[in-house]
Order: sequence, then C-alpha cells, then structure tokens
Amino acid sequence: MDEKTRKEIEEKIVPKYRTRRSACMATMQLVQSQKGHLTKEDMEEIAALLGMQPVEVEAVGKFYTMYNVERPVGRYHIQVCENLSCSLMGGEHILKHIERLLGIKTGETTSDKKFTLSTVQCLGSCGTAPVIQINDDYYENLNEKKVEEILGKLR
Amino acid sequence: MEKVLLKNFGKEGAHTIDSYLSGGGYEALKKVLGMEPEDIIQMVKDSGLRGRGGAGFPTGLKWSFIPKDAPEKYLCCNADEGEPGTFKDRGIMEYDPHLLIEGIAIASYAIGAQKAYIYIRGEFVFAARRLQEAIMEAYEKGFLGENILGTGFSLDVYVHRGFGAYICGEETALLESIEGYRGQPRKKPPFPALSGLYGKPTVINNVETLSCLPAIVNKGAEWFASIGPEKSPGPKIFGVSGHVKKPGLYELPMGTPLREIIYEHAGGIRDNRKLKAVIPGGVSAPLLTEEELDTPMDFDSLAKIGSMLGSGGVIVMDETTCMVKAAYIIMRFFSHESCGKCTPCREGTTWLKKIVQRIEYGKGRQGDVELLESLCGNIFGRTFCPLGDGAVMALRGVLKKFKEEFQYHIEHKRCMV
Ligand SMILES: Cc1cc2nc3c(=O)[nH]c(=O)nc-3n(C[C@H](O)[C@H](O)[C@H](O)COP(=O)(O)O)c2cc1C
Ligand code: SF4
Ligand code: FES
Repeated sequence: MDEKTRKEIEEKIVPKYRTRRSACMATMQLVQSQKGHLTKEDMEEIAALLGMQPVEVEAVGKFYTMYNVERPVGRYHIQVCENLSCSLMGGEHILKHIERLLGIKTGETTSDKKFTLSTVQCLGSCGTAPVIQINDDYYENLNEKKVEEILGKLR
Repeated sequence: MEKVLLKNFGKEGAHTIDSYLSGGGYEALKKVLGMEPEDIIQMVKDSGLRGRGGAGFPTGLKWSFIPKDAPEKYLCCNADEGEPGTFKDRGIMEYDPHLLIEGIAIASYAIGAQKAYIYIRGEFVFAARRLQEAIMEAYEKGFLGENILGTGFSLDVYVHRGFGAYICGEETALLESIEGYRGQPRKKPPFPALSGLYGKPTVINNVETLSCLPAIVNKGAEWFASIGPEKSPGPKIFGVSGHVKKPGLYELPMGTPLREIIYEHAGGIRDNRKLKAVIPGGVSAPLLTEEELDTPMDFDSLAKIGSMLGSGGVIVMDETTCMVKAAYIIMRFFSHESCGKCTPCREGTTWLKKIVQRIEYGKGRQGDVELLESLCGNIFGRTFCPLGDGAVMALRGVLKKFKEEFQYHIEHKRCMV
C-alpha cells in the first residue's frame, strides 16, 4: 500500500463512518481495484490500518464473492449471469460460446493471463438478458455475434 | 397515469441536477423543511405507501417507531437489488439519481437522521458513480450538508458499496455489512428502529420507496392514495423479463392485472407462443399459471393466492421452458446465497439444489419428489431469516403446479418439453 492509497483511505473512506472497522469493505475494494486481487499481506496491512485482526479482514474477504482473495484473475474478468432470466434468453449459449472463443472452461484463466471466465448470480439487469459483466462494465442483450465483437476488441 | 418514478428513464442528461431542477426538483424538500416532522410522517401514513423492497410494510408506520428524542439516528437506503428478476432500482439510480437523493433527504428530515447510507450492490459500478456525482452536485447547491437551505437541518449522504452477497439485501445483514462485518442477519428483536446501525435507531427503506416521496409531497397524500387498490396504493415499477416481446421496466398503477402487464405492456409472449408459468415478484415468489393471470399485482391480492408481489420482478416463461431446469437454477441461486448462519438453510438449500440437480441431469431416483417435499417441510419456518423460507416457497410453487414434469424427468431422464 503506497502513501497515496493510505491518504485516500484516511481522508475519503474512514471519515464516512463512525468506526474504523466500517471502512474495511471500501478499503479492500480500493486495494483490489489497484491489483485485481487481495493477498494475505494486503489483508494484514488493512487489518493493521483499521485496528482489526487479520482473520477478521479475511473473513470479510471470503464472505463477499467479488473479493478475489488470493485468487489472481486475468486482466479482463468475464462474468456470465447464470440466473433465470438470462438462462431463458440463452445465457448458457453465451457461456459456451465464450468458452470456445477463449479456449478455456468456466473458472479458468487464459495462459496469457488476459481473461478469466466465471459465472455469476443475477446481475440486476434481467430486462436486457442475456448479460455479462467484464470488469466494471455490463454488456447487455447479447448474442454470439456481439460477444465475438466485444472479445475481439479486448484481445 | 402520469409517470413519477420512470419519467426520466432512458433520457440522456436527465441525471444532472440542472435537469432535475428544471423539472421542479427539490421543491418537495424545500416544502418539507418548513413542516413539522410528525406532519410528514402523518402525510406518508395517509398516502398508504408500503415498502417496495419486498415485504410491503407501511412506510409511515415504520418511521413512527423511531424514538423522537434519540440524539443519533440513521437512514439506510436499500439499493442491494439482488432478487433475481429485479432491475428497477438501477433504472431509478442511473437516470434519476436526484429523485432518490431528494427522497432520502425528506425521509431523513422526517425521522431526524443526520446521516444516510445508500447500500448499493457492488456490481452496480455505473449507478454508484452516478449517485456519487449527484450527491456532490446536491452538496454544491446546498441540498445536502450543513444547515440545508438555512433551516438548521444537516444531512450527510454516503454511498456504501456491497461486494457480492444477496443476503445483504436483508435489512439487518445490510447493517452488519456497513459496520464492516460479514453480511449475516441479526436477531430480531431488537428491531432496527430501536437498535440499528451502530446500535442506533435506524430506518431501512428501498430505493423505489424513497423515490415515491417527492411526488407524495408535491402532489399530496390523497393523490398517491387514489392510485390503485385502497390497501396498497401508488405507482409501482414492474420489471418484466424472460420470454416476452418487450422486456423492460413499466411504471403502472399498483394492482394492474398481471395479464395486462404481460400482454399489453410487455407485448405478449415472444413468437406468439403459449405462456407456461410466470414468477410475479422475483424468484422467491411462488410461480403462477395462466388461470391466475387476472390477479391484480398488489401485495394483498398476490398473498391471497399464495404468492407475493415481492419486488415486482415479473419473469415470464413460455411453453418451451423446462420447469425442472428453472427450479434447478433457482435452487442453485439459493444454495449459493445462503449465508451459512443457520443449519436448516445452509444444509437444506444445498440438499434441495443437489436433488433437483440430479433430476435435471437425468440421474433422478424414484422418491426424489417426496424427498424434496419432506426436506421443504424440515426447512420451512425453521430458518433464522426469510431467505431459507423463500427457497422453500419457490420450490413448493413449482412442485405444486408441475409435479408431473419432475416425475417425467425421473422416469425418462429427459425434459418433457
Ligand atoms: C433475503 C432477503 C433479501 C432482500 N433483498 C432486498 C433487496 O435487494 N432490496 C430491498 O430493498 N429489500 C430487500 N429485502 C427486504 C429488506 O429486508 C427490507 O424489508 C426492505 O429493504 C425495507 O424497505 P421497504 O420497507 O422500503 O421495502 C430483502 C429481504 C430478504 C429477507
Ligand atoms: S436462513 Fe439462510 S440466509 Fe438466512 S440466516 Fe439462515 S443461513 Fe443465513
Ligand atoms: S437473471 Fe441475469 S441479470 Fe438477472
């Protein structure tokens, strides 16, 4: 954690809350946004900064599925919604198609570390199903051709 | 009906404060700041507004439980929107963030909260950014912060991002999450109105609930109460997804019949196929079939037929849908999202998923349907929070109406459709 990050935590995150502990989710989000995942060392550092035990930070990290705790992901993390509305609109075909295009299975990362493919529960975008999320962005109303275009741009 | 919640949906630039102000934005807040908090609570009671997060609890009544003299109180806006089939709050936050912020300010003033948190699910990065920008704009114009519009009332609004946990939509799990813990529900009582965030009196309201407030103040409680059924009035956003020609968000009077929503507003079933089943309010709500389509979409009418309005997320399934697969997807969701705090839900949802999965994969055994039914009986009513019951209600709904499809799957090792 560099000085700038520490400063941001102390000035932008901690003052929002009544307790330092409340800042842990946002702090972990900030650190993860810089490197894609969280290591044991990151969590120890966050714990020390916020007056928590490392196991407490780790428990938070393991509970919330968006924290990549000791689980490096590729530069682009592709998450395909597997819930009902997306499934009804062909979400599984989208998932299979991406597997084919990237040559990996769900849960894997390409050997060049560029793409990680996962499934995810409902993304709250069911009216524009099927939906995938790549890093922070949603891609909606997908079909195979659109998926090819999107991946083509990222390659 | 004139739209109040989605009037700016899809409009470019509508999210800025200038655009909001040009449409009469923040007038309701100005009006409210000159009123007694009790009178605002009475107005919201008179409007008949009931919570849009799922449970339909009367909003004014909830506010009235907050002790008046407590020095420190909180408002939490529930923007976790995780119930599969639900995508309405995102529509408000992305296109009309100031509508929500004004609603938050009105509610905070009414209950005497000086801090409000918007708990938004982590995946909604764009909406969170929009909200944050809108909050900054509202501070600049003096609608938030110290001594708002010179009235002596101060309010800070913060965005707190979740990070992937459906259970954090449950109000006490949401509080745990803001406090920096795993999002597991708390024991009730004490209810949040007495001991909520940091042990202080707290109101938790859904995005859509709070977004109704500016219109109630501007147009009056009677106006709101005159829309839809007497006991659950007001405008309501229905999110329609699945096999319809025009999926999307529709703001309609509460109590609009399901048939009208599906066939008039959402354009009917795609390819003119037949409807097989419809989930009226997110996957926790037991599904309905053709004969039930004339049911008015409001809290009481759906409860009467054994389902629920929930979030108003309508998922439509046509005749090509395999109900075993649909049930599997729903059970997979619940077992994935069970927070693990209590055994009946943690173990129970895992078993429900496993058994429905083996039926779906053609490995079902004779007696599996009965096994599912008895498992449901062992879970229902024994879980710490409503998530476990929700899983059972959803599965029982499918089993009740499509049992023969499960039997067919077990015997023929494939779908009936
Ligand atoms: C498992 C579970 C998930 C929930 N998810 C949400 C949600 O995503 N959004 C929401 O507003 N309410 C959700 N609720 C309901 C909240 O607990 C609470 O009743 C609601 O936020 C109160 O606001 P309202 O009175 O304005 O509806 C959920 C409840 C349960 C049991
Ligand atoms: S019912 Fe499920 S989600 Fe609710 S507390 Fe128990 S384990 Fe957690
Ligand atoms: S089911 Fe895929 S976004 Fe809701």
